[in-house]
Amino acid sequence: MTSGALTGSQVASFLADAGVTHVVSLPDSTIGPWHAAIAAHPKLRLVRVCREGEAWAIAAGLHFGGAMPVVLIQCTGLFESGDSLRNVVHDWKLPIFSLIGYRSYLNQDTLPGDTCLVFTEPLMDAWKLDWMLVQDASQAGEMRAHYDRCRAAGVAGALVIAEGRA
Amino acid sequence: MTRRAEMPLRAALEVLRAERRTGDVVITSMGSAREWMAMGPLDPLDFVYVPSSMGEAPPLGLGIALAQPRRRVIACNGDGSMLMNLGSLATIASEDARNLVVVVFDNGIYEVTGAQPVPGPGVDFAAIAAACGIRSVHRFSDIDAWAIGAAAALDSPGPTVIVLDVAPVPGAVGPRSPGPTAVRGPAFAAALQRTEG
Repeated sequence: MTSGALTGSQVASFLADAGVTHVVSLPDSTIGPWHAAIAAHPKLRLVRVCREGEAWAIAAGLHFGGAMPVVLIQCTGLFESGDSLRNVVHDWKLPIFSLIGYRSYLNQDTLPGDTCLVFTEPLMDAWKLDWMLVQDASQAGEMRAHYDRCRAAGVAGALVIAEGRA
Repeated sequence: MTRRAEMPLRAALEVLRAERRTGDVVITSMGSAREWMAMGPLDPLDFVYVPSSMGEAPPLGLGIALAQPRRRVIACNGDGSMLMNLGSLATIASEDARNLVVVVFDNGIYEVTGAQPVPGPGVDFAAIAAACGIRSVHRFSDIDAWAIGAAAALDSPGPTVIVLDVAPVPGAVGPRSPGPTAVRGPAFAAALQRTEG
């Protein structure tokens, strides 16, 4: 991958190359434009949900059934879906990997004082997710290494994707 | 609002147990989990969703159904839990999970927390499911009708939602986990993947 913001085709290729089968997602301004490339990729199935709590439970079912899902949501969806995450990752100890959009990290102009900047990182830590901040597409190698490390360790890892727009 | 005819929860589950085929997954939660465990030994493809995240039994079933599209997956849910996650019906319809059946046990109350009424008593879950685009929707209020119609309802072209009007169980308590999740989760996954649907 080159430098700059991640594109849908880059994300889809990253996920497919990593062996992901299903991407369970609710869009935001950054993630939404990726959906078309994910849906079009022959090795991926995009599962669109109505709220983020569903995403963790669907991913759990997919995992039990032998598939390799990831959850792709914004940090606001992480906030919304805490109980489902808690149940899947901590009660049932399932190593569900996620990509979490970090709203306003790169640009607060659209939402000055966005409290996502206050709560996202502490909550990632609170939920004991093994997370890595992604600010640029040039980090593709690190992203893959982090994914592989989490899979090998059997832990719930995450890529926190820096976003500019709300 | 006048309550409609109701069937006993245990009897309703006995019908489901009788109609359950080899290879079917049955997910139970809250009251249905409590009763299911009391009815006899568990099948390796029973998923007693305890501990749970309230409202997530249908999405969990959807995930299994998508991973194993040739296997019938039956997800049991209470009305309070269904109200918490109504959007999951739209998700299920959107994914067109032909092998998924959601059974909603509608007793009008939050049974395991002391029988407080759910908001909006009389919510028509069958109408909501149909409006969400669920392909087959059934509703039974009488145990004899459910016993007669269960096999056909469960075999309907999915995704399917079956609403059962059940009577509250007085003094009912929440279900207890039948064992450590660190053991039960892998065992369930192994059973699913050993006999892939």
